[in-house]
Amino acid sequence: MSSTFPTFATPFTSDAFRVKVGLAEMLKGGVIMDVVNAEQAKVAEDAGAAAVMALERVPADIRRDGGVARMSPVAKIREIQAAVSIPVMAKCRIGHVAEARVLESLEVDFIDESEVLTPADEANHVYKHDFKVPFVCGCRNLGEALRRIGEGAAMIRTKGEAGTGDIVHAVKHLREVTRAMKALTLLTRDEWMAAAKELGAPFELVIWVAENGKLPVPNFAAGGVATPADAALCRILGAEAIFVGSGIFKSDDPAKRARAIVEATTHWNDPARVAKASEDLGEGMKGLEAAKLAESEMLQTRGW
Amino acid sequence: MTGRPGGTPARAPGTASPRAIGVLALQGDFEAHARALAAVGVPAVEVRTAGQLLSAAGLVLPGGESTTLWKLMEGTGIAEAIAEVVRRGDPVLATCAGAILLSRRILNPERPGLGLLDVTAVRNAYGRQLDSTVVRLTDLDRTALGSDPLEAVFIRAPRLEAPGPGVEVLARRDGDPVLVRQGNVLAATFHPELGEDSRVTRLFVAAGRR
Repeated sequence: MSSTFPTFATPFTSDAFRVKVGLAEMLKGGVIMDVVNAEQAKVAEDAGAAAVMALERVPADIRRDGGVARMSPVAKIREIQAAVSIPVMAKCRIGHVAEARVLESLEVDFIDESEVLTPADEANHVYKHDFKVPFVCGCRNLGEALRRIGEGAAMIRTKGEAGTGDIVHAVKHLREVTRAMKALTLLTRDEWMAAAKELGAPFELVIWVAENGKLPVPNFAAGGVATPADAALCRILGAEAIFVGSGIFKSDDPAKRARAIVEATTHWNDPARVAKASEDLGEGMKGLEAAKLAESEMLQTRGW
Repeated sequence: MTGRPGGTPARAPGTASPRAIGVLALQGDFEAHARALAAVGVPAVEVRTAGQLLSAAGLVLPGGESTTLWKLMEGTGIAEAIAEVVRRGDPVLATCAGAILLSRRILNPERPGLGLLDVTAVRNAYGRQLDSTVVRLTDLDRTALGSDPLEAVFIRAPRLEAPGPGVEVLARRDGDPVLVRQGNVLAATFHPELGEDSRVTRLFVAAGRR
């Protein structure tokens, strides 16, 4: 037994964790685009994406085709890395430590431990402090966000319902997380532990949020973004950057729509700029109304 | 000051004065820069247009993705406004991607920069994110920075090469210039805004007071 008192916060003040959050800071105000091959990655980069996310199939196709959704094939990741100079992220399955290690060995810049893929573990996520590469994870509420940060996530994205083109759940979860953070700031110290118990979140991170009113890592939005106005809405609600999945490459004119979503993400507070970006985009992705999905069809409920 | 729903972007309370430093907020770690300036008592305002940029008292070009920044600057007059700010002698601080924009020449991939800093910038020269690191720099210009080691956070950093005769090198990492000054322009390949050490921010602010 060590004789010293525990220093819970140590991993978060380490140089290793700081450079992980540092890259997340660099992506703020930007758009991270899902791509399945080098050609799409190039379109994304040329449109001004701040990073690309490599995955096997975009969420709309995972939803349509079913089957087990896994990490992107290694050859595809290498092809994407060779094609672009912006950061390349890639998704691993929830709890799939081996996929995460493979992605780290490929030197991807960020790993998304993602509910969009079929989970590999029904109880546990990866212990992310063990990795040198940073991780992003999804959340639907503050407790889930702080559990992921406790495991070492350097970026959080509030989950929408991926592959639907319906923004409603991204909005719901952004508002939910913001409301819960505000509520924590109103508590007295005596109430912090009960709040931690209720949230199912690490005590020291609950204290940090209570004192600062925000997450200790950047908070981005994902899931259901299909238009420039959807991206602007997420920014209005406090998301610091935007992930776009099926919304771009399932639309009529991906290059133009990608460029427009980048423009709207930067100029979110200037409606005239968002309007101009929204002109002549052609058809957006057809989409699925999230409210019509059965619970078993939802991706957002994955994550523990 | 981040993530306030429906709020206006970072502008510290009561600092709507035109003497605030402009932080280019197209994409990147502009909030970290605003926080770093606030920490040394200097008001900052996010700028996203050429007009806003010209009305500020100085300019910060933050880190981020330079390819994204080029795209967002196209046809906006921002490039010309940056050149005007440099020409009229206002203090300019550029970090990482910001330093890339100002360079004379850019490699990986090759393209011209704004030509306001007489160096060649090699993008991602130290590797991918796995090679990002925190270094305590000891090869410092003591007049500008003193002698204590300077903490420097490098994130997918560029390398500056072939500095011209007008460029002073204020800090080096393994021999490579990582903090340089050319007149009123201060440029770093690392991120002083992400560290606790405020010496680089103070050097920038002091240039504006001269």
